Amino acid sequence: MGLTSVSFVSFVLNGRRKKLDVHPLKRLLDVLREDCGLTGTKEGCGEGECGACTVLIDGVPVNSCLVPAAHADGTRVTTIEGLGGRHRLQRAFVEHGGAQCGICTPGMILAAVALGPRPSLHDIKVGLAGNLCRCTGYSAIYRSIQQSHV
Amino acid sequence: MSSRARKAVGRNVLRKEGHDKVTGAARYIDDLTFPGLLHARTIRSTIPAGEIVKVRFKGDRAGFTLVDHHDIPGRNIVALIDEDQPCLAERKIRHVAEPILLLVHEDREKLRAADVQIEYRPSTPNYDPERSAITFKKIAIDKGDLDAGFAAADVIVEGEYRTGLQEQLYIETNGVIAVPGSSVAGAAGGITVYGSMQCPYYVHRALVILLGLPAGKVRVIQTETGGGFGGKEEYPSMMAGHAALAALKTGRPVKLVYDRVEDMLATTKRHPSIVRHRTGVTRDGRLTAIDIDAVLDGGAYATLSAVVLSRGMIHAAGPYRCDHIRIRGRATMTNTPPNGAFRGFGAPQTQFAAEVHMDRIAERLGLDPVRVREINALRPGDTTATGQRLGKDSSALQVLREAVTRTGFRKRRRALAGTNRGIGLSLFFHGSGFTGAGEVKLAAKASLALTHKGARIHVASTEIGQGTRTMLAQIVADALGVRYDDVDVNAADTGEVPDSGPTVASRTCMIVGRILERCAEEMRARLGRLTPRQYLRAFGPLVITKQYERPAGMVWDDTVYKGDAYGSYGWGCDVVEVEVDRDTYEVRPTAFTTVHEIGKAIHPMLAVGQIEGGSAQGLGYAILEDVVMRDGRMANATLTNYIIPTSLDTPPMQVVLLENPYPHGPSGAKGVGEMPIDGPAPAVINALRHAGFDLREIPATPERVMLTSSVESTQRTPRTPRKSQAWV
Repeated sequence: MGLTSVSFVSFVLNGRRKKLDVHPLKRLLDVLREDCGLTGTKEGCGEGECGACTVLIDGVPVNSCLVPAAHADGTRVTTIEGLGGRHRLQRAFVEHGGAQCGICTPGMILAAVALGPRPSLHDIKVGLAGNLCRCTGYSAIYRSIQQSHV
Repeated sequence: MSSRARKAVGRNVLRKEGHDKVTGAARYIDDLTFPGLLHARTIRSTIPAGEIVKVRFKGDRAGFTLVDHHDIPGRNIVALIDEDQPCLAERKIRHVAEPILLLVHEDREKLRAADVQIEYRPSTPNYDPERSAITFKKIAIDKGDLDAGFAAADVIVEGEYRTGLQEQLYIETNGVIAVPGSSVAGAAGGITVYGSMQCPYYVHRALVILLGLPAGKVRVIQTETGGGFGGKEEYPSMMAGHAALAALKTGRPVKLVYDRVEDMLATTKRHPSIVRHRTGVTRDGRLTAIDIDAVLDGGAYATLSAVVLSRGMIHAAGPYRCDHIRIRGRATMTNTPPNGAFRGFGAPQTQFAAEVHMDRIAERLGLDPVRVREINALRPGDTTATGQRLGKDSSALQVLREAVTRTGFRKRRRALAGTNRGIGLSLFFHGSGFTGAGEVKLAAKASLALTHKGARIHVASTEIGQGTRTMLAQIVADALGVRYDDVDVNAADTGEVPDSGPTVASRTCMIVGRILERCAEEMRARLGRLTPRQYLRAFGPLVITKQYERPAGMVWDDTVYKGDAYGSYGWGCDVVEVEVDRDTYEVRPTAFTTVHEIGKAIHPMLAVGQIEGGSAQGLGYAILEDVVMRDGRMANATLTNYIIPTSLDTPPMQVVLLENPYPHGPSGAKGVGEMPIDGPAPAVINALRHAGFDLREIPATPERVMLTSSVESTQRTPRTPRKSQAWV
């Protein structure tokens, strides 16, 4: 797919079809925040190190600051807004202290969603190693994920 | 009033803004936009010292507004303690990230591409804090007779300890938006600044002075803040000034949000330190004399260095009893970006030195590290270096014994001897609230307004992740006798809330919480048997405002640094096990236990969250976090090569809370936010010492560990690396 051939980018965003007239190299992070008005996805570093901008593309966690809009074409994109607010992980992050300042939380929760049901502690640690949290020391995040199944 | 409401204090109620944070609904500064919004970019110096000769904007200026020091209507300073730092440089340059002018444009791409050339006349920079010609602050603490103390010693142990810079690395970078005009009634010609910050009234004061506006025409509103750790204590005043100048010049809202690189290059970091100890001790392990000399590298401007030094020096002797103490400290100027507030505020640096030194004393005497601390730990009735007589709420021995028992410290120490693993501990304390007369001078105020169901809290204390809104609402709910859910918290908006002081110094719970508790007690008395709804119907609005009151008997003399430095202290003990890779010299913490005595845990889960998070940050400080400075500039200002702990770098943590109430804290609570970062670094270095590495400096990077000498001890580890698995 040559970039010049794309004049529109279309993808399914949180279950709804979106067709956007954006530059194909615009960062997916900016497309979501500016063109779609979904500011739940956060920018922490802009270089793919912190994971604050994590979204799911076809169920796989990606750093949306490193994904050009064209790469999202034809995919299903899930942001924190797509979880609705009653997701077991969202509830657990509030109940078990997984969210402190909250800036890493949307990305952290989406990375946790991608772990699937009942991950082992080892799988959690490996799966979240690309998501930095400066507040919790991670322990409360592990507890939140593990307790979300109870 | 009903007193049947279920007690909130001590219970893990739901965080007030928790739902917003997990759904993406919480609005941080970069999530906000305004009609006609412009963006700003800061043009900074690129030399560490010298003078500006000429500034030239190259290319098409259409759509650009340039803002420089000529646009400042008030005084060109970032008002804080000293008045040495300009908001925008006029001629003199003192560090590589000094703001010179702002470019403003509606298109961020055009802003990024703009080319500004600055011609300089450079001068010779100084990066050595010990050779600086400018001293920001000196502090001297004297207790007893040092000569007599050394005369009574059998052994004298000396040592020099160094700590490096540390970046706060909140995941949300610094950012503000300034909106001209003001929504404060009758304040045309004013300015409103929204931003990620810890201290709205610091920003407010700085704006009033910079802009030459009356206080009523300046309004500062904190937005949801993605971490601070001290890094949003002072710098937001500078940024708010920049954005406000641009907004006033253009007449439009201006957003200024740093990217990660700029945030790391330009904003404040933890002060590097050099601390020298000379200690007299008897053969059986009793401290007879403590002589400490310390230097903090303040960077280019004074910022908060004076008070960082103050807290550092008061904690420098560690939580130990000794009759003869001399402490000398100074903070000096170097040509690097200014250093400033970071969780712990000087105490992590000086207690690092004290605790590594303590293990060396134990080693010298042939005592175990627990025994030497048991002998010397401060007990109730003892006096600190400033002569403060400690009350019953002092718990050094309790935390030490609890940590030793929980970890089976002595047994583990024997088991690991002679391996590539080691176990170490640290004992530490941390004063809650402003130092000395700070709280009296500040005279913090808090208000409580009666609502139909309960009450609304009005404070400038900010939620930055630690749980301010939640914890304060718990305190008020119980004191007023209403449900936690019926207490809400106003935004930290200077147009609406009184100045309860900055959100720093582990003071929000103990100091502001107590003022609110008193407000709630009076409100409850006023209500009598009426419900809030009945009262409002009968008598109209009710707002109770109270001011900080110094507990009776608390005395401090700033001229001689004597007296009650803090209302109370928290006490902590950390035990760390580390493993050293024999090929790469990487240090990995494998187990971590900490015991914290904090008076009363208002919300145990939030308190544990502070301790786990602060401990992880402390482990990063100890092992990973290396700010590399080259020619006065941070050479690794990205998250790719400034490494903070990930989930895989952070060991399992065991946290034990002990409660020994402080009579003047709300429900007995002391501070908790800062103390957890005091302990990990010395505990790690002491564990490395146990594994055979005589390190006296952090971070313990592989290079540093490899080059360090071995510990001269009978239990040392053989230093020959394991026979490597060759690739041939």
